[in-house]
Amino acid sequence: MRIRKNIAVSDEGFLFNPATGDSFSTNGIGSEIISLLKQDKSTSEIIEEISKNYDVDRLLLERDLEEFTGLLKDYSILE
Amino acid sequence: MKKQIVIAVTALNAIDSPGPGVAVIRAIRDCKDFDVKIIGLSYEALEPGLYMHDLVDKTYQIPYPSGGTDSLYARLLYIHEQEKLDLIIPNFDAELYNFIKLRDKLNELGIRTFLPELNQFEARDKMKLFEFGQKHGFLVPEDKILHELRELKKMEDDLEYPIVVKGKFYDAVIARSYDQAEKAFLKIMAKWGLPIIMQEFIKGTEINIAALGDGEGNAISIIPMRKLYITDKGKAWAGITLEDDKLVELARKFIETTRWRGGCELEVMLTDDGKPYIMEVNPRFPAWIYLTAGAGQNQPASLVKMAMGEKVEPFKTYEVGKIFIRYAWDLITDIKEFQLISGNGEL
Repeated sequence: MRIRKNIAVSDEGFLFNPATGDSFSTNGIGSEIISLLKQDKSTSEIIEEISKNYDVDRLLLERDLEEFTGLLKDYSILE
Repeated sequence: MKKQIVIAVTALNAIDSPGPGVAVIRAIRDCKDFDVKIIGLSYEALEPGLYMHDLVDKTYQIPYPSGGTDSLYARLLYIHEQEKLDLIIPNFDAELYNFIKLRDKLNELGIRTFLPELNQFEARDKMKLFEFGQKHGFLVPEDKILHELRELKKMEDDLEYPIVVKGKFYDAVIARSYDQAEKAFLKIMAKWGLPIIMQEFIKGTEINIAALGDGEGNAISIIPMRKLYITDKGKAWAGITLEDDKLVELARKFIETTRWRGGCELEVMLTDDGKPYIMEVNPRFPAWIYLTAGAGQNQPASLVKMAMGEKVEPFKTYEVGKIFIRYAWDLITDIKEFQLISGNGEL
């Protein structure tokens, strides 16, 4: 799971796909996940990292992460 | 001191379905490599560009394209006597035929143009586009040319709904049934006449590409753009430059194959599985051409340089993610100005 290399991501979590002209904005946690994806972290590493910093139900996090990355794939952000 | 180039430009109708003239002039004026005097050539007294005196130095009315080449030539001769034109940049599809036909005669007067050859111009015509695509290996939607309404029923043997009903110069309507196709046929016929083009509907993302060819097969500039905001007339009110090697390659192949001279716009439908279909080729700059200057490849200024005999190297880079947003602006003028153009044909 990798962010396509031509996708521009700002520190604020604003994404721009230069091949389609589409742009998206995410909230804080979305922005953190994208930043971890950019560092080539695996799903389990991302879950570890987020669980460390937030008080969150692990199962819920796994489900939300799957939904979020599915969305990123649909929008051609993820390879 | 730089030599002043006198350039005549048409299509000053900067309205909701705008002609490219004002954008072309703006891009030319942005270039600091030459001094220019801009002569506007207008068809109607209320084309907004006529009244933009910071862009257009003087305007002359010219006869409608339906008047033919003789009356156009006579008028251009008069304008040339007054202004000593160096170059004419026509920007309307409907007038290009006359200007191409007059190219050699204008050249004899010392007036340059930078237009495609007549065969290049005709090969990409809407009515021959399918044939053109087949010949040169471009993906192009299938179409049927209808010369009368009763052919519509027969067309259903070859094309399935939805189809795109198109006028020979402008207008396109998507029809999902015979009734809708008939209604669109009649509406477009009333406006643009016959024939009517029935085109296979291709689902995908619409991309527009502005390209400039040197006439020797080299693409000097290629800028792909996606419309971000579309008016009810299907015109881009905002758009963004894209990075897509496949689209750039497509435009390069088009320029190489046709040895296109001048500006053009490819209307492309990129299907979900990434196939680029050429839907239409407009034989002139698009109305959004100023974006090419904004993205670092000033196509109108490069055209001027080439037309004036300068060798222009192909651009290598442009800025991706540059956005244009069109806006409406109420220009205040006086009845005296309107009287000059509508009464004397000059402003």
